[in-house]
Amino acid sequence: MNILTYLIPISLVLGGAGLAFFLYTLRSNQYDDPEGDARRILSGEYDDRPKPD
Amino acid sequence: MTATLRAPVSACPACSAAPAAEALAERPPVDARLTLSLPTIHCAACMATVERALTAHPQVRAARVNLTLKRATVDAAPGVTAEELIPLVEGAGYEAHELDGTALNATATDRAGRELLMRLAVAGFAAMNVMLLSVAVWSGAEGPTRDLFHWISAAIVLPAVGFSAQPFFRNALTALRARALNMDVPISLAILLAVGTSLWETALSGEHAYFDAAITLTFFLLTGRYLDHRTRAVARSAAEELAALEVPRAVRIGTSGDETVAVVDLRVGDLIRLRPGGRMPVDGVIEEGTSETDRSLLTGETLPVLAEPGRAISAGEVNLTGPLLVRASAVGRNTSLARMADLVAVAESGRSRYTSLADRAAKLYAPGVHILAGLAFLGWLAWAGDLRVALNIAAAVLIITCPCALGLAVPAVTTAASGRLFRRGLLIKDATALERLAQVDTVVFDKTGTLTTGTPELTNIGDLPEEALRVAMALALGSAHPLSRAILTAGQTAGLRPETVSDITEVPGHGTEGLWQGRRVRLGRAAWTGGQPTEQTAAWLAVADEAPCAFLFSDRLREGAAEAVAALRASGLRVLLMSGDTPAAVEALARRLEIPQWVAEALPQDKSARVEALTREGAHVLMVGDGLNDTAALTAAHVSISPASALDAARVASDIVLLGQSLAPIPEALTTARKAVKRIRENFTVATWYNIIAVPLAVAGLCSPLIAALAMSASSITVSLNALRIR
Repeated sequence: MNILTYLIPISLVLGGAGLAFFLYTLRSNQYDDPEGDARRILSGEYDDRPKPD
Repeated sequence: MTATLRAPVSACPACSAAPAAEALAERPPVDARLTLSLPTIHCAACMATVERALTAHPQVRAARVNLTLKRATVDAAPGVTAEELIPLVEGAGYEAHELDGTALNATATDRAGRELLMRLAVAGFAAMNVMLLSVAVWSGAEGPTRDLFHWISAAIVLPAVGFSAQPFFRNALTALRARALNMDVPISLAILLAVGTSLWETALSGEHAYFDAAITLTFFLLTGRYLDHRTRAVARSAAEELAALEVPRAVRIGTSGDETVAVVDLRVGDLIRLRPGGRMPVDGVIEEGTSETDRSLLTGETLPVLAEPGRAISAGEVNLTGPLLVRASAVGRNTSLARMADLVAVAESGRSRYTSLADRAAKLYAPGVHILAGLAFLGWLAWAGDLRVALNIAAAVLIITCPCALGLAVPAVTTAASGRLFRRGLLIKDATALERLAQVDTVVFDKTGTLTTGTPELTNIGDLPEEALRVAMALALGSAHPLSRAILTAGQTAGLRPETVSDITEVPGHGTEGLWQGRRVRLGRAAWTGGQPTEQTAAWLAVADEAPCAFLFSDRLREGAAEAVAALRASGLRVLLMSGDTPAAVEALARRLEIPQWVAEALPQDKSARVEALTREGAHVLMVGDGLNDTAALTAAHVSISPASALDAARVASDIVLLGQSLAPIPEALTTARKAVKRIRENFTVATWYNIIAVPLAVAGLCSPLIAALAMSASSITVSLNALRIR
């Protein structure tokens, strides 16, 4: 029973971190060009940020 | 009308560049934000090449290619125009067009899509966590542990549902205000009732709580909503891009000389300079200059019309050979173009509103479910006499019948089918277009610009003396007239080289003349060269005093037109041809394509009246057309397709836009649409059977949260997998 007091908050925090990270990617336009992003990783050119809004 | 003829409107190299730069210089400098359309890029190497080519320009700060939208966004120093950048991209080997930034703003960021995705993410997060807790309860958590788990679930689900399910609540509220029932009403009621009774149960430390059902329901339904939105967002952004390709500018002669202004700023009485290749922005009267104009988009006539001082010229006509000075007589909403587009509104009001399969299902479903849940509630209340039990049963009925499968049945299929058609070059603009396309039994084609490309083709090349053709080629070299282009293309295909002709001058509106071996040669209109007027489109070549010889032309067939018509006829559909062109030209084409029924010299009103008459006879008409004269008919038809080269008004009026040059995808679109409707019906059948099995369980009170979760997921997954079969 005691273990639950750790595990449940941990699972919530981890899930929440995933959610927050997803919202961050969404807000920074990382889903605007899925096709292009998939191909950019094949190019040798350094390209670390998406199109600014 | 083809892209080659209209390209100069936007790609005119210097005409609009210089004045635009001047106008910019007067205002405080603003960074130029340019958008280019790149229709031919397709791979990682393309993106890198284009970006490198653009950033090589000293004043460009950043350039980024979006492969999904096939666009490049360029940040540049003030004063940089697209006319400077397009050659850079073309030099790298890719086609590029300027896009009108103001027309694109709406799709720059897809706000609605992003909002849905955010709600979907929140619902997904909550559903996963609650499911973990629920699994613990199902596998035997008892007493205080179970209560604790239920309370934690409640703490997660309440805010998550409050945020994620808002679209459903809002839609349901709007529907209720309008005293109507749509699919969102039972959805909202089920979600609210599930959360409400679960809270009550938890407070009384009851055994069953439906928090997981409420949140997974929201998640699945949001998935359907998002799919639905994606499908149409892709179509919308592509359609807007087509509109943005025509940058509306005009050259006005002001007090200080020529100035480039936006078309909306033109007033009656303005003097406008219309260069060859330019499209007339307003109605007007020609003041100066002689030329020929192409009116095919307005009337369907393929033959260019002589333009001389005093003649009225209406918006949408394309100037072909000589520069014209035009005094504007009507602008904006008053132009004949706009008035003809108003016909669309008239036709629109006459169009019987099509109810989609999903709406029809909702009409049957929503009241049925509510009555069922109400009866279950009353029945249990009377039999067990316990309000709590009765309410629990009613909630279970609403949850288990709730349209997870129904909510996914249509969007999953239309997304898969639209994706398939998009890869073939067809853009579905309207949500119900696929369903309507599946019912089509009659196809009406427009001629000019739809079945034919609107560019003429030399037909009697075999009968012409080689020498005459070579002289004609030399004369045609200096002209942008479509007939000259056709002679040149035909000669080059036959492997001929032009003769040497000197002193070539173009006489706008008449033709070209020059000196060949000391003799005067003329290529042009019958009246000017001494030829005989003919039924068919013809240009005449006169060498000094010799008898002139005729070059005969016919419209070139659009790629895939013959195959499309043959395939449609083979599948048992009725095919008609309707055109504003002369009977001779229409009959020739009808015979060539073996179309039994045709109408010539049809006015826009005739076309829509004919389509309406067919509809009254019980036919479901598919109209394929591109011109302004087709817009009313496009709206009146059951479903309509227009090619991407069509006029903006026509594209707006049609349900489906054909992106490529070829007409070949049309028969396939019909088959895909029929398959899609079949899948949608199958999905409804799956959902119905699922309800037939699940509802008695729920009414009997046997539906535990575990069974509800399993049943809901199973039906949703079945429906989605069935939809994927269409890809």
